[in-house]
Amino acid sequence: MKPLPVSAFTVTSALGAGRDAHWRALSTGTTGLRKVQFDTNTLDCWLGEVADFDEPLPEQWSDWDCRNNRLALFGLQQDGFLDAVAKLRARYGGDRIGVFIGTSTSGVHQTELAYRARDPESGRLPDWFKHRYTQNIFSIADFVARLLELSGPTIAISTACSSSAKVFASAWRAIRVGACDAALVGGVDSLCLTTLYGFNSLQLVSTDICRPADVARTGISIGEAAGFALLDPNADAPMALLGYGETSDAYHMSSPDPEGQGAAAAMQAALACANVQAAEVDYINLHGTGTMANDSAESRAVCTVFGTQTPCSSTKGWTGHTLGAAGIVEAAISMLCIEHGFMPRSLNTRTKDPNIASAVLLEDRHAPVRKVMSNSFGFGGSNCTLLFGARA
Amino acid sequence: MSASEQVWVEAVGITAPGLANWEAARAILRGESPYAAADMPLPAPQLLPPNERRRATPTVRVAFQAAEDAMRATELAPSALATVFASSDADLNIIHRISSALTQTPRLVSPTDFHNSVHNAAAGYWSIAVGARAPSTTLSAYDFSFAAGLEEAFALVLADGFDTLLVAFDLPPPQPLYEKRPIACSAGVGVILTRERRSASLAALRCAQVRESDTPLSNPELEKLRRANPALAALPLFELLALGRSGRIVLPRGSDAGLAVVVETLS
Repeated sequence: MKPLPVSAFTVTSALGAGRDAHWRALSTGTTGLRKVQFDTNTLDCWLGEVADFDEPLPEQWSDWDCRNNRLALFGLQQDGFLDAVAKLRARYGGDRIGVFIGTSTSGVHQTELAYRARDPESGRLPDWFKHRYTQNIFSIADFVARLLELSGPTIAISTACSSSAKVFASAWRAIRVGACDAALVGGVDSLCLTTLYGFNSLQLVSTDICRPADVARTGISIGEAAGFALLDPNADAPMALLGYGETSDAYHMSSPDPEGQGAAAAMQAALACANVQAAEVDYINLHGTGTMANDSAESRAVCTVFGTQTPCSSTKGWTGHTLGAAGIVEAAISMLCIEHGFMPRSLNTRTKDPNIASAVLLEDRHAPVRKVMSNSFGFGGSNCTLLFGARA
Repeated sequence: MSASEQVWVEAVGITAPGLANWEAARAILRGESPYAAADMPLPAPQLLPPNERRRATPTVRVAFQAAEDAMRATELAPSALATVFASSDADLNIIHRISSALTQTPRLVSPTDFHNSVHNAAAGYWSIAVGARAPSTTLSAYDFSFAAGLEEAFALVLADGFDTLLVAFDLPPPQPLYEKRPIACSAGVGVILTRERRSASLAALRCAQVRESDTPLSNPELEKLRRANPALAALPLFELLALGRSGRIVLPRGSDAGLAVVVETLS
């Protein structure tokens, strides 16, 4: 494919609001993970909670008020992103800009709150609970599109933890076939008890901090995040999406194929799509959740495609696993790596698992970075790999 | 607005109350058989491996039934197709069970419920069942999910060159969610789109987003059904395909947007 310019991007996670906060945390090795109290959580675990955003939405958006849409609004307010959207709208018209947002749980936290407030007699949910505008998966995409007055093709993609990587592929296709001229892509997932207790039921939530690729890793730390990017084929931007690869494992609903075949195929597809050789990739931002199964399988896949020399690391030791937002968070981090000539170490990794043969970075590296691959894998065997690069 | 390039409809499938499969639905949409609303039995899809079939949720079963019905009319291998799964709400039964469990002490969330709660559960089971390793997108666009899925399937065919299976499905939630999201019946539809014309092709399609309201069905009972489940927004398209008639219909795509679909049947 022809490189698709990324004319603006922003990211908000436990590392802070906006790109500068992320660069500061990455360059100083400062994790955003904390042992904090969220809602009524009783699990002993680390969380990647976003600070200072949980204000109710403005009055006109009160139907849409929930943690996920609040986080979306807070994320959109960083890095001058709203101005960039306004410029894009002026250029193409709102009806020619598509909106593609990834989420795994949208506003289900609001449903959790509503179930606590069921009428004890009738069992009815409270009047304030608006399913369509909060819980429904589409809510997040609909909210962003309406807020920003964009009315091109609008969808929420929900493929678990690959959701907001896949938005780049869908947006590229929509532009390619003329369904829209430019696109806003993004991902928003917010903390909720459903994912905390759900992942805990699968014994995937660690009581320890997330330690990707560590020999003694014991699972994920759950985080939340909102990130957005503008894709404008006519922009003169320093950064571009070079390629994408999407595959399915066809193996198991909640475990990766231990051989990593689907993951390797996604990386190969992204390289082929971009017409880039494996040797040209400077750094790989891994999915790297910190579970035994994921990190081993992903390492096998990386070695299949790249051998054992390409520097790679997971940044989930910084942000936690932001689930449906992980794709956009790590896309943003990938672009920050290119911008700053920086490859982050695998934070919290003490002793690398000897069974992991890929070149996981245990120290930060400062060197020119021109092409970065970013992996995102999800339940259901959903794999998506993105390739970003500095434009020549 | 200019319409897309054309894609070819290879086959369609359906499961809905009174529309047990495409063969039955085709006769009803052609006016050859009367429509009789009937309770829909819980589908028993054939492609799920036995151990998965036992655990499969009603949601996965409905999606499989629609997909399998479409696959019956094609020689294309299911493992070769990219997929798009489009559902407003996927599995609200599970959301209900998990949300209820979270109000109890201790909070016992079923691990099976949790991994089946992801919006792409049906896509995952399908990929496992047929050995499909091609790209798969699962999306939601509330009541506009069928047309949104159709757009995504068009794009997979035209931009990435994959023959693509689209499956749209939704099921009624249990109370108390039903009061908030009254999806009146279970239903699923399947549409297989190809890049090239094939011997089985039913029609060529082009689409474009428009500011027009959606095309109703003339039969009042079928019109009621069309509005009963987001997947059944497909019915006006299916009606043209059943009649073997060229035409233009508008599917609901947003609060004030439609997706115009131009159908050209083959003489």
